[in-house]
Amino acid sequence: MTEPLLRAEGLSRSFEGRRRLFHETPRVRAVAELNLTLDRGTALGIVGESGCGKSTLARLLLRLIPLSDGRIIFDGRDITALDESAMRPLRRRMQLIHQNPSAALDPRLSAEDAVAEPLRIHGVASGQALRDRVAALLAEVGLPSAFLHRFPHELSGGQKQRVCIARALALEPDLLVLDEPTSALDVSVQAQILDVLDALRARRGLAYLFISHNLAVVRQVCERVAVMYLGRIVEEGSAAEVLGTPRHPYTRALLESVPRLGANQAPPAAPGEPPNPASPPSGCAFHPRCALAVAACRAAMPPLVTLGDGHRLRCPRVG
Amino acid sequence: MSAIAEETVAAPPRRRLRLALWLLTRSFSSMLGLFLVTAIVALALLGPWIVPYPDDVQGGINLANKLQPPSFAHWLGTDEVGNDILTRVIIGARISLLVGIGITVAAAIIGVPLGILAGLAGGRLREVIMRFTDLFLSVPGLVLAIALVAALGPGIVNAMIALILVWWPGYVRLAEAKALSIRDEAYIEAARVAGASRARILRRHVLPNSISPLIVKMSMDIGQAILAVASLGFIGLGAKPPTPEWGAMISIARGYMPDWWWYAVAPGVFIYLAVLGFNLLGDGLRDILDPRSNRG
Repeated sequence: MTEPLLRAEGLSRSFEGRRRLFHETPRVRAVAELNLTLDRGTALGIVGESGCGKSTLARLLLRLIPLSDGRIIFDGRDITALDESAMRPLRRRMQLIHQNPSAALDPRLSAEDAVAEPLRIHGVASGQALRDRVAALLAEVGLPSAFLHRFPHELSGGQKQRVCIARALALEPDLLVLDEPTSALDVSVQAQILDVLDALRARRGLAYLFISHNLAVVRQVCERVAVMYLGRIVEEGSAAEVLGTPRHPYTRALLESVPRLGANQAPPAAPGEPPNPASPPSGCAFHPRCALAVAACRAAMPPLVTLGDGHRLRCPRVG
Repeated sequence: MSAIAEETVAAPPRRRLRLALWLLTRSFSSMLGLFLVTAIVALALLGPWIVPYPDDVQGGINLANKLQPPSFAHWLGTDEVGNDILTRVIIGARISLLVGIGITVAAAIIGVPLGILAGLAGGRLREVIMRFTDLFLSVPGLVLAIALVAALGPGIVNAMIALILVWWPGYVRLAEAKALSIRDEAYIEAARVAGASRARILRRHVLPNSISPLIVKMSMDIGQAILAVASLGFIGLGAKPPTPEWGAMISIARGYMPDWWWYAVAPGVFIYLAVLGFNLLGDGLRDILDPRSNRG
């Protein structure tokens, strides 16, 4: 199949700030002119600092928030203009895992009810068939039937995330968007959840859009990685290449900022704070923090250039 | 996945109910509240069959027997026309309870949908609803109710209408605040991802999660409404004598203080116990209805 499962073209979303008299209304471009494709059964990692637009991107792609510009094509079908009720049947095929499983589960629904809800909504099963299916789903993510009647406050963080995963799997989606699925969990539990996710993808042929700021996790799960900075992709390619031999100065800075045992910590490669998205720097948004920046970087936003073997890079100074 | 160490037996729903009851029995004040409310409700339900002098309910006149002190024949004494006070106070429980529940339920029926609508819709609709609510809340409730009854004319039904009109804004406030906080919860987004319609999200997620503070408020408001109706009765704007309403009884008994003190004390104590009971029960319910509270 040549058609990718998910394609975004020129995707943009800006948020308007508070209107004030005699001031221009501030506009924040959380996601700007973003292109990406995700093939069936593959995993694409989206990495970047907090506030770079990763979560906004996830919600845009799932049509949970309105987009300002661009197109989204899911399985060959343009879903950009579909309204809430037209999206509903498509929701079966694209599911979201939230960052914080404690907030993503309704405190008044037991694990069984939480997993059964999507099946009830889409009329997939009822009665005993529904109960069997829910039990099987929970078993698939490693929760025995003793947990069926537990409420969220009676579950640990890892167990809650398992319930969320089972709920997302209930409708047998093609696409799973994972918004930092492990960042709210203990390190030991993170590894378990990642194992579950890996096994599921192998078994069910799911496509993952895996959002994270944890590079090690992305390297373990994903084949491809896109690095975002201030709402734009600055580098994209196979996980081995991007995280093994990073080219963009920002990707390098991200990798160098990962603390390592035993090594003398080098000074941060990207000093300073991420810029204020309401008033982004001129030209390349990364230039104020970039060691390689020259006058041209301040003047104009460099284009995202496709190199050989599908590697994309937004920096004329390297590569 | 066999890596789950902390496996225990899940609590089936029936155990959960037992747990809730156990939580209630653990707190003395909740139990006192439950006892008082149960007693008042029992009196109200059984009233006409257990009162010692059924003929005195509508105010028979038996002047030979007037203003008797408490005795074996008349446990709480008799009033100025010779009616048994215990009989009239028990029948009064019926009126007060009915009026208190009626006001509270009607106010909630008006206020809760408006509040949830305001909280979920946002924008201009929310502004209109909330500013209108503020308008009502800016005037002291009982003062507004007095003005309304004065305009409508005294009587128990008009008193109820007036109190409903001043009572609903509190429910708008509470329901709006609750809906506002629930609207942005991740589990609402999760329900949308699952394909839930607006109506389903409202029914299955927003309402169940906002219901417990509403129930607590309703329990406490029943007590407050009983007090408010008695207040209106006391100043002659509520139930008219000889209707055996607590406030109206105190209003008349006031003239016989302090020599015939038992006449005023009996309905006064009943008002006090009823309000106390509903308040304590409301406090107890608040502890039970929080789903996070029942980790045993």
